[in-house]
Amino acid sequence: MKKVITGDHAVAIGAKLCRVEVVPAFPITPQTLIIEHIADFVSDGDLDAKFLTMESEHSVMSAAAGASAAGARVFTATSSQGLAFMHEMLYATAPLRLPVVMANASRTLGGPPGIWCEYNDSMGARDSGWLQLYVEDNQEALDMVIQSFRIAEDKRVLLPVMPCLDGFVLTHTVEPVDIPEQEEVDSFLLPYEPDIILDPKRPAMIGTFMPSEYIMELRRQTAGAFESAKEVIRQINSEFAQKFGRDYGGLIDTYMMEDAHTALITMGTVTSTSREVVDELRRKGEKVGLIKLRFFRPFPSNELKKAVSHISALGVFDRSISYHGGGPVYNEVRSALYGMTMPVINHLAGIGGRDVTKEQIMKMFELTQKAGKGEKVNDISWHNTRGETN
Amino acid sequence: MITIKELSDDNLFTAGHTACPGCGVAMSIRNAIRVLGKDTVVYVPASCAVVFGTTFPYGAWKVPFFHTAFENTGACLSGMQAAFEKKGKKVTVVGFAGDGGTYDIGLQSMSGAAERNDDVLYICLDNEAYMNTGIQRSGGTPFGAWTTTTPVGNVVQGNRRFKKNLGDIVAAHEIPYYATLSIGQPLDFIRKVEKAKNMRGFRFLHMFTPCIPGWKMDPAKTVEVTKRAVQSGMWTLYEIENGDKRITYKPGKMKSVKDYLMMQGRFRHMSEEDIKKLQMWVCKKWNLHYKEKGAPDVCEILPPVEHHAVTEEHREMHGP
Repeated sequence: MKKVITGDHAVAIGAKLCRVEVVPAFPITPQTLIIEHIADFVSDGDLDAKFLTMESEHSVMSAAAGASAAGARVFTATSSQGLAFMHEMLYATAPLRLPVVMANASRTLGGPPGIWCEYNDSMGARDSGWLQLYVEDNQEALDMVIQSFRIAEDKRVLLPVMPCLDGFVLTHTVEPVDIPEQEEVDSFLLPYEPDIILDPKRPAMIGTFMPSEYIMELRRQTAGAFESAKEVIRQINSEFAQKFGRDYGGLIDTYMMEDAHTALITMGTVTSTSREVVDELRRKGEKVGLIKLRFFRPFPSNELKKAVSHISALGVFDRSISYHGGGPVYNEVRSALYGMTMPVINHLAGIGGRDVTKEQIMKMFELTQKAGKGEKVNDISWHNTRGETN
Repeated sequence: MITIKELSDDNLFTAGHTACPGCGVAMSIRNAIRVLGKDTVVYVPASCAVVFGTTFPYGAWKVPFFHTAFENTGACLSGMQAAFEKKGKKVTVVGFAGDGGTYDIGLQSMSGAAERNDDVLYICLDNEAYMNTGIQRSGGTPFGAWTTTTPVGNVVQGNRRFKKNLGDIVAAHEIPYYATLSIGQPLDFIRKVEKAKNMRGFRFLHMFTPCIPGWKMDPAKTVEVTKRAVQSGMWTLYEIENGDKRITYKPGKMKSVKDYLMMQGRFRHMSEEDIKKLQMWVCKKWNLHYKEKGAPDVCEILPPVEHHAVTEEHREMHGP
């Protein structure tokens, strides 16, 4: 059934279709619509879940960890300052292998305060042990909530997953979304049946004090689960595509890359605009292509290497700055492509929610093409930004 | 009602943990869990109890145990309870948090769970300072006490604030049950734990738990110190059930606070003036708890508390 709904509504419906059992919640713009919709579902009897109105995001993730350790399927959502406030608990959830799914409405993390889209909230959580993915539209937002639970609860993974959707651009914008039938989702996502939980019949201690003689093995296991997650993500993507008819490509998605000379890596909604730019440039005979980075954690190094093996220059879009030069995506990509000789340049745009227009993306391609021809181009460009660097 | 004889010998918090000899926290946990029984799930925030009871690969708990962080006992309990309720499992969800984890860093989380009246049992093990990190002042530290962050210096000696009135804060949430406990009064202790176990909604047990190194006291005197605390009025035993407050143990004759203080190195530096100040605070508390309607203020050690005593203290703390 198709419905015209916001991204937040799509996420909430996704959670409902997953029959989530416990939802601790706290409001924050632009995520709030998600928990409001879930509160409606629970109040109307459309979702049989415990909806907990917590007193902060730190408590949201604490309750989520407690409920997950007690064996429930747990969903919540947050954004920006809220994600920062629960930062400590992100680190508690992942190594304890609690497969919580939490949507993050991407928003600038102040100061200065703002409420619009930027990735500096979730990028700060990139080493917390959560899987992270970025969606392009409302359909993908709904579909990825469903896939996130499959990935998180897979015994080869057992890690929390954070689907991120662009604040306002998706959260508060309506688009037609094909809503899967409950039976279809039920056959795709079975009930959560963990092996070790807090159960008086089989007492276990979860979160014990861990001396140095043991903790490295635990970290290594968690790192191993991240590696396993790559194959699980690919498998679940294929299975989802077969069942629901929507193939998102797995860890990355590519567009016009087969014969491309120059490519741009994007995340989130900027991908849609970039695809149009690729079409326009292609009509002019320019061999450009696009890589949509879907998962930032685990980072798809091998996929990227393969996708760019034949091109002459690569541009990387970043929607946040890592203050040692360039954005976090840029640095990850450079690291993944170490040893390859082509120029890789960084395009910072859309920070704090500033619009990213077709003209800016044209410019990104133009600069990247120049770099590919050996012309001197800055490694890092701030697009549509007033003033000088310093 | 369960009696001491009927209490299970099946230790659910076993021997072999690494708490200090005489630890009030370990004694309180062990006895509380004996009353609570097997169908209990425990959350412990960052504290000595995590270190001495769960250092991997050893563990003293025979009931399910969970730990994540310091400031989130209330919230973790709420989440656990929600999951058990959803799954239709009948378990007592219990948190054992310290005074730092309750009076200070965990106050918000505790308040949230209390305000929602979530069906959990919150136990505060109050040893009156951050003991796990090596004896730093908390909101539960009494007036005059030495801690490493309220040292005995040439200008300032010990903690200058009086112990925070946590009981009133918790009770203001209008929860079904709040009670204070002491292992020095085991019958009262067991009765309150059992009562809390059998009630529904947010229940709070506030346990007075001496810390041997933190209080600089004789490890053989844990029980005696708690008894002396009650006899002097430094710790009062009462319960608030659905808004009705009831004193559960009234000492016959008020003993001087000085007797209590001198048992512990953390108070031994206190000047006569400071002891008098503390005694006045205790008298005020004593009158508040024990004075019968119409009776005059009773304090057998010192004259009745004068109102300006508090004002003077206030002026000293906040300036003229």
